[in-house]
Amino acid sequence: MAGTLVLFWAFAGLALASALGCITRRSPVASALWLVVTLFALAALFVLLDAQFIAVLQLLVYAGAIMVLFLFVIMLLNLGHPGPMDVKGPVGVGTAFLLGGVLLFQLWILRQAAPPASIQLPPGSVARLQQEQGLVGAVARPLFDTYLIPFEITSLLLLAALVGAVVLAKRRL
Amino acid sequence: MLLGPALGVSAALFTLGVFGVLLRRNAIVIFMCVELMLNAVNLTFVALAQSIGVAGQIFVFFVMAVAAAEAAVGLAIILAIFRHRGTVDLQNINLLKG
Repeated sequence: MAGTLVLFWAFAGLALASALGCITRRSPVASALWLVVTLFALAALFVLLDAQFIAVLQLLVYAGAIMVLFLFVIMLLNLGHPGPMDVKGPVGVGTAFLLGGVLLFQLWILRQAAPPASIQLPPGSVARLQQEQGLVGAVARPLFDTYLIPFEITSLLLLAALVGAVVLAKRRL
Repeated sequence: MLLGPALGVSAALFTLGVFGVLLRRNAIVIFMCVELMLNAVNLTFVALAQSIGVAGQIFVFFVMAVAAAEAAVGLAIILAIFRHRGTVDLQNINLLKG
């Protein structure tokens, strides 16, 4: 348990540090690469939180597909070289710190909120379910059962995104 | 249990994403900060799934699908704007300002 906690804080620190790198680097390429580090650290946190399948999906979909898309667009627009710093003026920075501080304060209080005991499962029951049905089965079975309609709607959403992206990015239809 | 620490990390990550959106002017960097916020929420879902049941992990699956669709459409919009205006600096994109 102590080892898990040490690993958790190590990867949490890595995620936070690289997220800071992502929002402060001047070059968009550097930002994107720091974001990839954040996504990897988050995948490690997912493994520590008993969500191994989601961790693999995170690596494949986010770090693999979405970040490649971002880097591709950055290269396509020729934004790779660091331009002048694009941080907003003092008013913008002040607003950002004020709003961010308020938000962090609110979320920090919510951190202590635990779900009511009546809906909590006994500890270790998710790990037991994963042992019974397999790591993928525990997530996939409800997806084709309880959540079948949202799952089908997802395919419609992806089709709409596909058509929308082609229409927007095409030079002339 | 890691629930409390995970919610704390997720709160800090979400705030960093909001900082990025409010501070930067490059449309692509702002977009990456939005992805950062989505990931912070995913961490919350996974942390709560440990004590409430596997439904939280299924929600992360849906969030990922929406994020993929959003990235594709958003980057296409940024491409169209760049082709039209020659920049992705949001300072210069104020058509709706009147």
